Amino acid sequence: MSVLRITDLTRSFGSLVVTSRVNLSVEQGERHVIIGPNGAGKTSLVNQIGGQLKPSAGGIFLGEEEITGLPPAEICRRGIARTFQRNNLFRELSVLENVRLAAQPRRGGALNFTVPASRFAAVTEAALHALALVGLCSVADQTVRNLSYGEQRQLEIAIALASEPRLLLLDEPTSGMAPAETARMIALIAGLPRSLAILMIEHDMQVVFSLADRITVLYYGEVLATGMPEEIAANARVRDVYLGTRH
Amino acid sequence: MTETALALPKRSASSLPWVVVVLAVLAALAALPLVGSSYAINLVIEVLIFAIFAMSLDLLLGYTGLISFGHAAFFGVGAYAAIILATQLGLGIWASLAAGVGLAAAAAAVIGYCCVRLGGVSFIMLTLAFSQLLFAVALKWRAVTGGSDGTGGLGRPSVLGWSLTDPASFYYLILAFFVVSYVVLRRLIAAPLGHVFVGIRENEARMQAIGYRTRRFKLLAFVIAGAFAGLSGGLYAMFNGFISPESMYWTASGDVLIMVILGGAGTLTGPAIGAAIFLLMKNFVSTRTDHWMLIIGIVFICCVMFFRQGVYGTACSLLQRRRTKR
Repeated sequence: MSVLRITDLTRSFGSLVVTSRVNLSVEQGERHVIIGPNGAGKTSLVNQIGGQLKPSAGGIFLGEEEITGLPPAEICRRGIARTFQRNNLFRELSVLENVRLAAQPRRGGALNFTVPASRFAAVTEAALHALALVGLCSVADQTVRNLSYGEQRQLEIAIALASEPRLLLLDEPTSGMAPAETARMIALIAGLPRSLAILMIEHDMQVVFSLADRITVLYYGEVLATGMPEEIAANARVRDVYLGTRH
Repeated sequence: MTETALALPKRSASSLPWVVVVLAVLAALAALPLVGSSYAINLVIEVLIFAIFAMSLDLLLGYTGLISFGHAAFFGVGAYAAIILATQLGLGIWASLAAGVGLAAAAAAVIGYCCVRLGGVSFIMLTLAFSQLLFAVALKWRAVTGGSDGTGGLGRPSVLGWSLTDPASFYYLILAFFVVSYVVLRRLIAAPLGHVFVGIRENEARMQAIGYRTRRFKLLAFVIAGAFAGLSGGLYAMFNGFISPESMYWTASGDVLIMVILGGAGTLTGPAIGAAIFLLMKNFVSTRTDHWMLIIGIVFICCVMFFRQGVYGTACSLLQRRRTKR
């Protein structure tokens, strides 16, 4: 059974349709990458899955359960965690604290008001585990704003992982990164456990083709093509969209 | 242990000097009745009561990032409720105080439920509007509140048969309330709940994305802050023996905002120091000139322009910078 199933999802702002009858599925353990030119509606789609944007019509299902239009907190609690295209962190808090906050809803204790947070060992352990997955344990005590841009991108993913999701949404994890940082990010994502399904937006074709099991191409809010990387690479319509057409 | 305006309090290796500072301050406060005049004792009582009030507002302003411009409403509810329940319904002093705290929390729950749906300026304006509404009730519901004359007659309590009517014993009672409030709030802030509040202050959208129903947490912060404001109001009613609508007018909400920002929002000690500075200036400057608000205003402007972290926050950063230099 699919981890995520999207059926005829549509979102419009007035007469502008940013998501138009999109159908898409993410299977168990799959790395599914969404590509498309600027303005194709990639982030709008991810925002609807994550609950930041309410769909106008259609359905989103996590396993059997419909999650269409639920608020972000509810969607996260059901097992979808996301990162953001632009770093969206707790800049004045420590790296560990950023991840601890994300681990807390699942590990409990958020309403406790008498015991120091540092004594909740299960939360701290889960946070350190997430930091280890992205290789940030050595900077756990630093304040986020002192991290390099690349490290902040890694922290984005650690925060999402700390929610212990079934599905991870990555919105352009390598955006704004230098080539060396990009290579490290590819290795990081490739190394994530296969028990986790990943739906990812990406621009960088090197990243796309080194990670994707399956690719969906969005174009003006519509699915232009879905398929294996080699099918997409050979698809004439996709090449038209990316290389320009005669009409 | 140090506090800074922005980061969460973190235990550091150099926490020993702070233990010494805290003990010294406590010792000085405890010794005051032995050396101070009754004027000084009463002044410090007032400072301690308003310090509780300012710390409660800081839970919203400095820790949760909610700018409430109507916090005096809950101070007023606590004070009026304590007096009215004791004098008109014949409740005991302690029961009246407790009921005042409960009613202030209940009022904060109702008002907060409406306000936390909004953000930014709308939140500020709505808290202001609700507090003016309660001010109008205090002013117009003459039969119960005494209207613009106010109402009084709560008296001072006794503990285990020991009367606390003289300034010195009453002072120790208020000091105990202050210390307990400080410790409770301090623990709350270091606990997971406090960390959630700070997370909301830093980035509410991300808190939602990682699974927090932030509206509920903001309401909880509002209710806790309202309860402590109600406590300070009830204690003020005991101390002053009297409450009038001005105590919940919007300028009173402004005064406590000034105390918090002057001392240093986002710390607990800061607002307490802010309350002390504000009330000391009010007492000393107002004996020399009628324009004491002008002086307070100038000090406040300078503070906001040059010392964004307030007196205590700035002092902490200076100390920290010196320590890291060494």
